[in-house]
Amino acid sequence: MSEPVQGKKKSNKSASEPAAADKANGKAIDKAKAEAALPVLGIVGMLRWAWTQLTSMRTALFLLLLLAVAAVPGSLFPQRPANPSIVTQYISDHPDYGKLLDSVQLYDVYSSAWFSAIYILLFISLIGCVTPRAIAHYKAMRSQPPRTPKRLSRLPEYGTLVLAADAGIPASKAISDAAAVLKKRGYRVEVRDVDAAMPSLGAERGFLKEVGNLVFHASLIGVLVSVAAGGLFGYSGQRILVEGDTFVNTLVGYDQFSPGTNFQSSWLQPYSIQLNKFDVQFDRESPAHFGQPIDFTADVTTKDTPDAPAKKQVLKVNDPVTLGDTSIYLTGNGYAPVVTVRDGAGNVAMQGPVVAKLQGDNYYSSVVIKVPDAKPDQLGFAGFFLPTAMVTDKGVAYSGDPELINPQLNLNSYYGDLGLNKGTPQNVFELDVAKLTPLNGRGMAEKAIALAPGGTYTLPNGKGSITFDGVKKYVGVDIHHNPGQATALVFALLAVAGLILSLYLNRRRVWVRTGTHDDGRTMVEYGLLARGEDHRLAGEAAAIRELLQREWLLTTEQSTDTVSSSTSKDQ
Amino acid sequence: MFPINETMGQYSELFMLLAAGTYTVAFVAFAWDLAKSSKMLKAVDLKAASSVAAEVKVPVAAGRAGGNDVGGPAGRTERPTSAITSVNQTAGGDMKYAAERRIPARAAVAVAIIGVAIHGAGVITRAIGAGRVPWGNMYEFLTTGAFLVVAVFLLSLIRRDLRFLGTFVLGLAVIMMVAASVTYWTPVGHLVPALQSYWLVIHVSIAVMSASLFTLTFAMSALQLLQSHRQKTLAAGGVDKLGFMRLVPNALSLENLSYRINTVGFVGWTFTLMFGAIWAEKAWGRFWGWDTKEVWTFVIWVVYAGYLHARATRGWTGTRAAWLSIAGYLCVIFNFTVVNVFFNGLHSYSGLSQ
Ligand code: HEM
Repeated sequence: MSEPVQGKKKSNKSASEPAAADKANGKAIDKAKAEAALPVLGIVGMLRWAWTQLTSMRTALFLLLLLAVAAVPGSLFPQRPANPSIVTQYISDHPDYGKLLDSVQLYDVYSSAWFSAIYILLFISLIGCVTPRAIAHYKAMRSQPPRTPKRLSRLPEYGTLVLAADAGIPASKAISDAAAVLKKRGYRVEVRDVDAAMPSLGAERGFLKEVGNLVFHASLIGVLVSVAAGGLFGYSGQRILVEGDTFVNTLVGYDQFSPGTNFQSSWLQPYSIQLNKFDVQFDRESPAHFGQPIDFTADVTTKDTPDAPAKKQVLKVNDPVTLGDTSIYLTGNGYAPVVTVRDGAGNVAMQGPVVAKLQGDNYYSSVVIKVPDAKPDQLGFAGFFLPTAMVTDKGVAYSGDPELINPQLNLNSYYGDLGLNKGTPQNVFELDVAKLTPLNGRGMAEKAIALAPGGTYTLPNGKGSITFDGVKKYVGVDIHHNPGQATALVFALLAVAGLILSLYLNRRRVWVRTGTHDDGRTMVEYGLLARGEDHRLAGEAAAIRELLQREWLLTTEQSTDTVSSSTSKDQ
Repeated sequence: MFPINETMGQYSELFMLLAAGTYTVAFVAFAWDLAKSSKMLKAVDLKAASSVAAEVKVPVAAGRAGGNDVGGPAGRTERPTSAITSVNQTAGGDMKYAAERRIPARAAVAVAIIGVAIHGAGVITRAIGAGRVPWGNMYEFLTTGAFLVVAVFLLSLIRRDLRFLGTFVLGLAVIMMVAASVTYWTPVGHLVPALQSYWLVIHVSIAVMSASLFTLTFAMSALQLLQSHRQKTLAAGGVDKLGFMRLVPNALSLENLSYRINTVGFVGWTFTLMFGAIWAEKAWGRFWGWDTKEVWTFVIWVVYAGYLHARATRGWTGTRAAWLSIAGYLCVIFNFTVVNVFFNGLHSYSGLSQ
């Protein structure tokens, strides 16, 4: 934006000179500038020089393009914030360069030093542009339209009108008429030398164009700040809810929790949400997508506070439930087989639903059951859950349908030390079999366990038993609080509004000069000038001409007039 | 959720095939027009040259020879850097219909109109068949997108003689239709739950709209580069190797018109980005997460913002701005093809992997 500011000395000149010459000048000036910029300027001079460079339009363009390029790697490499485990996997899959990429923050592109440097520079440049430009524009808005040029005929749009001597409209009346016409058309008008021989007026409109541009750029800063605020003061978390489960919004209620930098746990409102029932509708119509889920509906009961009245609500994809200052999103689902595990001593060591993790088509899911309370030995199970168990010709089990037509639990069992006692965190979906002894499985005397609902399997060696009681459904919900969101939206809307104003409004200047001819006729000449792109300037000239003609009751033939337009009307 | 109507789906595919065939005919007619008209113009020129002495040739002053209605004081309407050459080497800068009748071009437009009508029927029957808006997977983006590209082009013909773009637009439409039917074909089906939102209607329609505008400006920018090169060659007294470019307006006019269309496309893309963010907030709980699709939408936005800045930067208008406009469009294509198909993200709705 510094173009007008930086080029202040030039700008007056360039308005009246042919573009080609100006361009040639510009080149020469740029060159001269480049040569002149280096001499010893002292520290202040250097800083000023650097600032001028940073806030120049060329730099803004360069930084913008650089930002576009810098954003790309984030789509090529897995990103930590979205998928930490895939990044770990990627690094170990690519021992040759995986670590190297990490050292240049290619897995954290959008928080990396280099990406941040680019956008921070861009925004500093932006502020450096907007501020002086806003001040200059404020002044321009308060000052009078520029003085009337000597030769209006050199303006891109120019025309004359002639008022007959007997019309009784002297030069002074004509200029005030023209002023009224232009005022009505939204111009800010200043009439000059009313009583002189050649009164004139200067008029200008379209200040909102520049205002729009400034609002647009300033709003971008607003969006950035809002996003940053959301990162500092927001939080998000995840939780899996099996039908019947209740989530209470406290830290322990979350399966996973990522607080913003400035988050305080006292901000959590103790609302609760219970999953009553979860329904999935599958596609039974189209052959190509047969069996695909096409609708998810979770019936929930919510309470704003522990003592508040319970409310029944529906949670769907694309349709979050809002509680307190958070929103709750339906992001995942699956089956949770309900099992009862008895230990070697015959006591119930574990009972309840086990969340099965989706692995393949038709809800083919993996199951891990850890029974740390089993005595004398801890028990572990790993295997698969199939809603509709089927077997291929080669004897591989798969799920033929997502619905519970023939549910089956296929497990291998282990006993020994689950490794939970040391307190090191473990993935609940993985069984570490290092210190476990298998009880059954492929290639062993005891084949894998295959249970239908209601079935019980007795473990070998008197280690206990497992019963498959039934199947429930579960949902995964994301809980988000982002305090910057609403302001980001407001700024984004402001930015668009500003953008539209800035792109489609036109800043125009009109000058009119009148005078009395020796024979008593009143001569009117006018000229128009646009600032910036304006393909409709010729149209505006024609419109003003028509308004003036109407004002003075001139017919087109009556006014022996001239029009010259060097504006390309309709390119 | 409306039930699926397979018969409608099949009708739709038939319409699409018919439309693609009709477009091919229109494409050939447009190409013929270019070839024929440029030959004719050349003949007229040769005649003129032989009857009038050679010195008549207007000397082509750099910057502002009298042609194509540009000239006069500066600091005003345009910020041109594209050179202007003399009158007869390019078509009129105002892109208004001229008096001469170009029969192949007229035929081409007529055939294209028939094609777009059939195509429209294809899009509508697809929508009825699926019981929803017809842009839920790649096949549908392509077929509906091609429809919009042709429709926008034909609509713009009402006000401007942009028939010189016909070969390009129809050619592209044919490619899109063929790609849709061969590579991305998907039968009518329900939307996955993630796409069941009115934001699909708003966000995607604006995205496809903006992309079709960018398609037009891409073509214009490419022509602008060619024309500007040709004008330079001619100005330097070189031989005209691109005779068909006579039908194309001068580089500056192309630059200005594509700028204006690009501003509309950019506003559209800004809305695409914003509405996408709002939808993402509704669906996933965060309005921005640098998902691959989000990254590329952002990249495209920034490139076109760069383009707009270039137009205001000395030394960056004209040819360089045209390159930026082309770069922006290549990103649009990349976003649509490679990103949709090969990059895993939350936006995996190509309809292919499922
Ligand atoms: C965050 C980065 C930026 C973005 C996304 C951005 C975007 C835009 C857009 C879309 C426009 C076109 C609207 C219009 O013509 O008024 C524009 C115009 C403009 N921008 Fe920026 N801008 C950014 C940074 C800057 C910076 C750093 C500067 C100053 C050096 C700047 C100076 C300008 C100027 C002077 C215009 C008006 C151009 C004209 O007269 O046509 N912008 N900007």
